[in-house]
Amino acid sequence: MTGRVLTRRQMLLRGSTGLGGLLLGGCDRLSESPSFRRILESAESLSYHSQRLLVGRHALAREFKQSDLSPVFRSNGTSAPDTPEYNQLLVDEFRQWRLKINGLVMRPLDLSLNDLRLMPARTQITRHDCVEGWSAIGQWTGVPLSALLKMAGMRSATRYIVFYCADTLETGADHYYESIDLVDAFHPQTILAYDLNGKPLPVANGAPLRLRVERQLGYKHAKYVMRIEAVQHLGHIGGGKGGFWEDRGYEWYAGV
Amino acid sequence: MDSRRIRVSAGSIDQIHAQFILIGGSEMMSKFEVICRHTLATSVLHWVNALCVFLVLMSGLQIFNAHPRLYWGKYGANTDRAVLGITQRDSSDGQALGVVRIGNHELPTTGFLGVSRDGAGNPVERAFPSWLTIPSYQDLATGRRWHFFFAWLLVFNSALYFAISFFMRHVQRDLLPTQEQLAPTHILREFWNHLKLRFPKGDAARRYNSLQKLAYLAILFVLAPMILATGLTMSPGFDAGFPWLVTLFGGRQSARTLHFICAMAVVLFIVVHLAMVVLAGPVNEIRSMITGRYILPSSRMK
Repeated sequence: MTGRVLTRRQMLLRGSTGLGGLLLGGCDRLSESPSFRRILESAESLSYHSQRLLVGRHALAREFKQSDLSPVFRSNGTSAPDTPEYNQLLVDEFRQWRLKINGLVMRPLDLSLNDLRLMPARTQITRHDCVEGWSAIGQWTGVPLSALLKMAGMRSATRYIVFYCADTLETGADHYYESIDLVDAFHPQTILAYDLNGKPLPVANGAPLRLRVERQLGYKHAKYVMRIEAVQHLGHIGGGKGGFWEDRGYEWYAGV
Repeated sequence: MDSRRIRVSAGSIDQIHAQFILIGGSEMMSKFEVICRHTLATSVLHWVNALCVFLVLMSGLQIFNAHPRLYWGKYGANTDRAVLGITQRDSSDGQALGVVRIGNHELPTTGFLGVSRDGAGNPVERAFPSWLTIPSYQDLATGRRWHFFFAWLLVFNSALYFAISFFMRHVQRDLLPTQEQLAPTHILREFWNHLKLRFPKGDAARRYNSLQKLAYLAILFVLAPMILATGLTMSPGFDAGFPWLVTLFGGRQSARTLHFICAMAVVLFIVVHLAMVVLAGPVNEIRSMITGRYILPSSRMK
């Protein structure tokens, strides 16, 4: 029996490991509870409203010099959509590709890559921040989203701009999609980019066209954009949270 | 009763009397003194703070695990040179080994960092082990939800702490070291006493010692603001409004590295803080942090 007597130190150690396990198990259970998640998720609107309050609508993300460019611009998410439809477009270098702009607009648009290249362009060297933690600096050239929305004549009921993409990230899942509010849609650095570092956008980085929303994290920067829609609500699209990753628990406002 | 000397700075005599009987216990014949150490506000704020700090630290490790590499400068991704990385390497027998890489040095850390066991006891490849992260499984989205919720709570709690502590002169009265406490010989002597685990007596036992004061001040006025500022610098939205912060820290990736280093400094503080609580008498210390009242035994009264 004496061998089984616990010293005070062992008791404390066992007690604290047991307590630690209990607390961790508790945190896992809380993470899965919908009502507790709603409490945790309330912090997102605090972050969104405080940033909209403290940071001017048109405050620009920092722009860098050529010498600041990342030697390799890492890609993330889909590296090649690899669907028959996309591969068809890729074969003739996106000559058949069309960007559709519709929804709450006066004049729905149907534009070729060449139409976009002929419009006034903006070039910016910016930092891309992934939600995972890494950053890469690249030079983007493209059409300001505001120019396209003005061309299409956005209706006053519009509250969000939704981007529908050619890629699927999970087998059986819907295509990737993203959405932003009008503050970001009309921000001068929000562009639809067709060039990266002075060359046509590589497939891994979203060819032929990707969104740049410079004041938010990487997953907002939808790649392989096929259609843009002006909408009043997000509830009826995809999982209803405004984006592929948002439907999987990530914040819709990815400025943090 | 008459043989006992009670000095209190707050609270009613009845309360003290009750506590005196309860706590006196086997020491009924010895003298002791009840010192009112903390106000109710300080104790509530301390425990909310403790909860928040644990949760932001552990959810922070979950976020770190999503990309367990740290860089210095404006950018940093997989092909760029990392200053620190927690990763895996194959051993000669094909088993994965956990390693921490700092510059060109590599430390074996299998079982803790890089490779550890999950809840079921199976070896898994992850930077920090599951018992240190919230949630225990890999889930960046949920880790971020915990981190930002409790970071906000921590900001509100700290703001309240600073406001109350300055207003009630807690900082000026209890935390600022006196001239005499700052003398190098005094600090050295205290350092020596700490090493020999000799606890202060007499008047010195009634206030914070200088090492304690310096540690608390460093947390409050250096580490806490650094963690907040480097955390905000990682936000691309915040950076657009406050670009000078990014410049100050030498880039977003430097800010991320500093955020991690400061968090580890907080972990170090917690380890020493808890060790001192255990060594100085955990029951008395923890009670004083809950009720505010600290019992000074007769042996340490003079």
